[in-house]
Amino acid sequence: MYFIKKDNKISLTIEGRNAVAGYLFLLPFLIGFLSFMLLPIVESLRMVFSRVRIDIIKNGFDMEFIGLENLVRVFMIDPEFNRMLTEEIWRMVLIVPAIIIFSLFVALILNQEFKARGFVRAVFFLPVILSSGIMIGLETNNSLLNSMAEIIREGNLLKASITKVLEDILVSEGAASDFMAYIFVIVNQIYDIAMASGIQIIIFLSALQTIPPSMFEAAEIEGATGWECFWKITFPMVSPLILVNVVYSVVDYFIRTDNLIMAKINTAMIMRLEFGFSTAMAWVYFLAVMIIIGASVGLISKKVYYYE
Amino acid sequence: MSNDKKTKEWGNISGSYYVKKNIWDITFKICRGILLFGLCFLILQPLLDKLSISFMSWEDLYDGTVISIPRNFTLANYSQVSSLMNYWASLFQTLLIVLGSSVLQIAACTLAGYGFARFKFPLKNFWFLCVMLIIIVPPQTIMSSLYLNFRFFDVFGIVRLITGKPVNLLNNVLGLFLLSMTGMGLKSGLYIFMLRQYFRGMPKELEEAAWVDGCGRFKTFIQIMLPDAMPMLTSCFLFSFVWQWTDSFYSTLFLSSYRMLSKGLGGLAERYAQWYAQVYVASGTGGVSNFAPVAQTQMMLATGMLMCLIPLILLYLVAQKAFVESLSQTGIKM
Repeated sequence: MYFIKKDNKISLTIEGRNAVAGYLFLLPFLIGFLSFMLLPIVESLRMVFSRVRIDIIKNGFDMEFIGLENLVRVFMIDPEFNRMLTEEIWRMVLIVPAIIIFSLFVALILNQEFKARGFVRAVFFLPVILSSGIMIGLETNNSLLNSMAEIIREGNLLKASITKVLEDILVSEGAASDFMAYIFVIVNQIYDIAMASGIQIIIFLSALQTIPPSMFEAAEIEGATGWECFWKITFPMVSPLILVNVVYSVVDYFIRTDNLIMAKINTAMIMRLEFGFSTAMAWVYFLAVMIIIGASVGLISKKVYYYE
Repeated sequence: MSNDKKTKEWGNISGSYYVKKNIWDITFKICRGILLFGLCFLILQPLLDKLSISFMSWEDLYDGTVISIPRNFTLANYSQVSSLMNYWASLFQTLLIVLGSSVLQIAACTLAGYGFARFKFPLKNFWFLCVMLIIIVPPQTIMSSLYLNFRFFDVFGIVRLITGKPVNLLNNVLGLFLLSMTGMGLKSGLYIFMLRQYFRGMPKELEEAAWVDGCGRFKTFIQIMLPDAMPMLTSCFLFSFVWQWTDSFYSTLFLSSYRMLSKGLGGLAERYAQWYAQVYVASGTGGVSNFAPVAQTQMMLATGMLMCLIPLILLYLVAQKAFVESLSQTGIKM
């Protein structure tokens, strides 16, 4: 298929040349993956099945094969892991759709023309910075601000919050279904959601900016309403990046350092130096994440529209 | 007079179409304004708090009547943090390192993303699974092996052949550049995925036209696809820059002998405590404890955080211009 035999000479077909070109484009990535990532990943996989000690003389790890002992400990002996895993997955399932909808909504607004648009966009870029690397620790550990927040909360203790009042009204009217309960959970977490959707907003924004305006003009002349334009043009055109955003949100949720399981893995690894046990937990965790991502990619990519 | 009459008549005929449209437009704008104001306030509020704290003097900090506007406005915090973090020197060094590394990273990721989006080759799905793997595996879990890998750096024994012994790439900016260049830097998998999705969403006709006109594959990529992908490239570059700017993982692995802003910010509290001990405790005027007061340390941290943020915001404002300009350049499509 990739080669053709002609006059006793083997030469590449167009497909073959495309394959070669594809590999050339991938070359940096392949070199990097094979030389930097493969070894650490394989080594950490080996740790799952071994008892690991740090060997100071050899400057490396001393691994002794013990079979499934670490995995048994993760699933059967450790009292927290299973509960934490299901809890985190459930919370993720609740919050990711909210992040996606929120960020698409904000991106649509930010893509419109209005005064001070540059400023507002810059403000929505701030969560990207604030939720990254070293900033995230400073943000949450700031005891001075926390004490200020405490004072404000005490002052407001007598006055009920507006969402609470609304919720009470809806409950007494009998309108509070499970869906409304979900909405209230989301509304109460709006700060977390806004902080978690900085990247997604920018990804959507850059996708929205490359939709040719001529498409909207044509649709408008044909008499399409804004609602129809959204579902027939905007939504399909950004759908490839909805997939990216779902994957990113899921991963971001799972590898945050304030995630319960990540914290557990980190303490087991850094504080107690239980390398085998902690890598076993990490691998179980990543397999779970992989499965979730695989399922959501499988579901979404059926609906994704590629301009082909 | 007759004009007014005509307007009325038109209004009657169309069922006050324009009036309704105007009212609808204005309500929409007001709602949007309120919503945006609220969301912006939500995001800005913690930062505004920090901003007001950073201008306060010590007396204001302990004064219960000072809420957000400092009474004794001072820039002393900034100058102190600047000397504690060695701000200007480390700003310059961080800028150079992060800029270089993010350009290399985005270049490698763009190539890989385009390769995944447009070409068919054997094992493609397997390699893409590897991309997903590097998105999901957080660097912390493979930290120890990565450390060893770079302590005795040797690709398939090649380096040993040339120099006789493996190289130590820890504490060396080359190690970081090498990782970025080969698409293994911080969150590289995400950029590959983003760019792949983006290129897949672009129309194929342009490339086919270029192909028919005799443009090679690589030239098509450089001259036709890249200019069109500018918005996405800019956002990838921004993410890459910001994440490396605030990153503490790779900078402890590779850059511990360099002055990085993120490291300076991380060690700020400690350094302030040392300074406090030198100035006050040693001279016997430090009061009760040997430790720097928590409130003052937090004040320093808030100031330092703002000083790390400001360059990034400036960068965003510049990059946003590139957003808009690239948009106007890519007029013809389809």
